[in-house]
Amino acid sequence: MKYALFLGCTVPVRAQNYELAVRKVANILGIELVDIKDFACCGFPIKSIDTETSLLIGARNLCIASENNLDICTVCSACTSTLTELNYKLITDTKFRHLVNTRLSKLGKSYTNEIKVRHFVRVLYEEIGLEGIKEKVSKELTSLRVGAHYGCHYLKPSEIYEGFDNPEFPNSIDKLIEVTGANFVDYNEKRLCCGGAILGVDERISLTMANRKLASVSAAECDALISICPFCSVMYEDNQRKIEATFNVSYNLPVIYYPQLLGLALGIDQKELGFRMNKVGVNELLSKLG
Amino acid sequence: MSNEKGQYVVVSKLDPTFKYEVAHQPGGEHIKRCFQCGTCTAGCPVREIDDKYNPRKIIRMTLLGMRDRVLSSEFIWLCSTCYTCHERCPQDVRITEVMNVLKNMAVKEGYIHPAFKEQARLIGTFGRLYEVEDFDNKKRERLGLPKVEKTFDEVVEIFKITGLDKLIKEA
Repeated sequence: MKYALFLGCTVPVRAQNYELAVRKVANILGIELVDIKDFACCGFPIKSIDTETSLLIGARNLCIASENNLDICTVCSACTSTLTELNYKLITDTKFRHLVNTRLSKLGKSYTNEIKVRHFVRVLYEEIGLEGIKEKVSKELTSLRVGAHYGCHYLKPSEIYEGFDNPEFPNSIDKLIEVTGANFVDYNEKRLCCGGAILGVDERISLTMANRKLASVSAAECDALISICPFCSVMYEDNQRKIEATFNVSYNLPVIYYPQLLGLALGIDQKELGFRMNKVGVNELLSKLG
Repeated sequence: MSNEKGQYVVVSKLDPTFKYEVAHQPGGEHIKRCFQCGTCTAGCPVREIDDKYNPRKIIRMTLLGMRDRVLSSEFIWLCSTCYTCHERCPQDVRITEVMNVLKNMAVKEGYIHPAFKEQARLIGTFGRLYEVEDFDNKKRERLGLPKVEKTFDEVVEIFKITGLDKLIKEA
């Protein structure tokens, strides 16, 4: 199993703990991740102001992977939906593909081989599979109670995701948590968006959205919130102190990336999973594991 | 549905062609299907917090032809792109895409939200949302992670091809 690793903009500079965990977990589960130095932004942040530029920036990455005949593995949910949607369009709409190839011919790029785009967590869920993961689990995390944050773009728009999970009642991450031995917790605001996309437009609304999620997860007495997207983590983790000050609340809720959780269950040393880079302290959480 | 002063839509100021313009943009094709059921607004997590963002109302205003009010508004920038409305819309209006079309049109009219403009400037300069400093690559090296490129000339080139580089400078 071989994928081109698409890190996006945020992960390589703001979420190296996530990246470390992804690489270690992939290594143990036999997923070969190839680094491609030419990958740039996926185009998501530009879509609002100029869709055409966004599409070409995104397509440029798909062309590079296509020329190398490699499928893409993403780790950020916004990159996932942007590239999955664009890739779907390039495969199904020959007129669109021709247009993109013409526009990018100046850069010597073209979309030739059909490839696929998959979030790392989806690769774990569909391709390694729950049984495949279970075989490699060496330390069951039975003392932990955690809530999954699915976010939006990992699942939606659902028509581009081939029904691998249900957008209204998702459970793929819950199952992936269960396989580590940890207990997944259902909480009221499970479907709620992190609000990250409008942080720069209206901070109050954005932080209120994140606060609702944190309140709901805390009320369900979770040891941690499980994230699969660097920007969702920015909202829940990097902004947690600010949210606590703004709304006069106290959570101190660890936010950890799913591959970090899985890494623990696979017996990877805590130090190798980047936990010291988590912004909300995880010592109490880790001490529960004994 | 009100004008700045309060209650009324000024019919003589409406642009009946606005909806066709939106429908001609990729992503805007289904706007005329909307029958104003309000499923979008009922499920919208932004609307739940602040009613200055109301997707049903924005679509209604667009269908009525309130071109300037919609394109110059702050509210079109408040969609968090969560796709909840997209999944639930019984008419497949593709509301998230419609909002995107409206924002794209607003930019062409000279209305560009400063937060998005700054993101575009960064991507148009470095090819990514965050400038990668030597410090970042040194940290990555210490962690045993491969170096990442600082700048991508091809992305800068794409901004030139589409003209977004000029648009950002002028806005």
